[in-house]
Amino acid sequence: MRPFAYERAGTAEEALAKHDDDALYLGGGTNLVDLMRLGVATPARLVDVAHLPCDRIERGADGGLVIGAAVRNSDLAADPAARRSHPLLVEAVLTGASGQIRNQATVGGNLLQRTRCSYFQDITKPCNKREPGSGCPAREGEHHNHAIFGHSAACVATHPSDMAVALAALDASVRVRGRGGGERAVPLGELYRRPGEDPSRDTALEPGDLITAVEVPPLGLPSRYRKVRERASFAFALVSVAVALDVEGGAAGGGTVRDCRIALGGVAHLPWRAHRAEAVLRGAPATAESFLRAAEAELEAAEPLRDNRYKVPLATNLIARTLTELTER
Amino acid sequence: MDSADTAGAAPPPVRAEITLTVNGTGHRLGVDTRTSLLDVLREELGLTGSKKGCDHGQCGACTVLLDGRRVNACLALAVAHDGADVVTVEGLGGGDGGLSPVQEAFLECDAFQCGYCTPGQLCSATAVLGEAARGWPSAATPDVADEPRLDDAEIRERMSGNLCRCGAYVNIVAAVRGAAVRGAAVREAAGTEPGILP
Repeated sequence: MRPFAYERAGTAEEALAKHDDDALYLGGGTNLVDLMRLGVATPARLVDVAHLPCDRIERGADGGLVIGAAVRNSDLAADPAARRSHPLLVEAVLTGASGQIRNQATVGGNLLQRTRCSYFQDITKPCNKREPGSGCPAREGEHHNHAIFGHSAACVATHPSDMAVALAALDASVRVRGRGGGERAVPLGELYRRPGEDPSRDTALEPGDLITAVEVPPLGLPSRYRKVRERASFAFALVSVAVALDVEGGAAGGGTVRDCRIALGGVAHLPWRAHRAEAVLRGAPATAESFLRAAEAELEAAEPLRDNRYKVPLATNLIARTLTELTER
Repeated sequence: MDSADTAGAAPPPVRAEITLTVNGTGHRLGVDTRTSLLDVLREELGLTGSKKGCDHGQCGACTVLLDGRRVNACLALAVAHDGADVVTVEGLGGGDGGLSPVQEAFLECDAFQCGYCTPGQLCSATAVLGEAARGWPSAATPDVADEPRLDDAEIRERMSGNLCRCGAYVNIVAAVRGAAVRGAAVREAAGTEPGILP
């Protein structure tokens, strides 16, 4: 590991002041420390933001949540208000990593974790995300758990966060402080980038930008997060889905779908909001047939790679099944 | 060393001074900023109970209680935990050389084979009992808004960050179940609220 200086920031202002182009912010470190050990991340300085005072979950009068970026994943998952009002978010957090890692990991760090593509994590291999212009061996190589949507010739990696998938379905946004001063809100749908020609950038954030909180609008709908993986627990998603469903007369009544939110994980460089499926479903009867038709409409646009075609039926069935279960509760 | 050798060479190590309380004993230590909490425990303090399995946070053999919470000591930079309170497997039973209820249960249930993962399993199980007693849900909890019941499915899910290559899982689940029952009985008798530790 490259030697680095370490500084602990007590406030967001202090963190911004200590950050420069050779520095990285340190949250829980569960991904960053590993990447440094692997030689993938080589900061000259770590600015520790895990002790900033943005470590609380506030519940708004409207039923929304403001989750501080330094809140530990396990504290978010244990929060009584979040468990009642936003179960899909809590379910997503709980399917991520292990109990030990959730105790260390922060909400802000979770959003900014890097892909687990094995070529990205192996400095002896080319990777356009790690070393722009060096190539992407995953496209023709080991890619059984890579993207089926929105990838490019330069990168077929997926975003690994479960929480971000739920936040995408919830139309959440992040509060960001920049070096120029001032705070801005970035919707989840604009936070993450498609890889395009420059996969080295995962997000639309600028160097030095600091996430201080996540704003989650009220939900008030039946919701669910489901994740399919290669073992029962402690593994990244092959495909996951976050859904919320608003049906006239209640989800169990078989009425008309007024609104729905569907986001997929494990399928793209970013949490994949299934806009096509949502459009098909709005105004349709809340039946298993409609759900399957909506899922198929989304997956028609998929561009699977040689060894991940299985994700197309898997995602189709997962969307349809999870929506159906919501109407059966 | 001529200039060609130093060009592009790694910058010199950065040292920092930290304090740690480990199993009730205070320590003042000078550490390289790159040093993990696990390496401090094993190499500096000679507490070799915590094991280095994968060094990537994937196996759980290095699990310790950091400020009362279970974490992977391999992913924790020591410098980032200046002032922390750490309990390792050596400290689970208290100072008198006795065993904790979780350790007793592992012995009773024969919940290990080679033993390499056991220190991490013990620290993790100890924390699992505390988390469940405080009502934390898990991915195995049918409705996350409800109080969880620590059944076998819950125990398996909550212990999933601790791998056992010998495959002693069946007896590990039995041991955690046994320790949970015992802990609840002890708390009821004492009339105490669940803390972070059972």
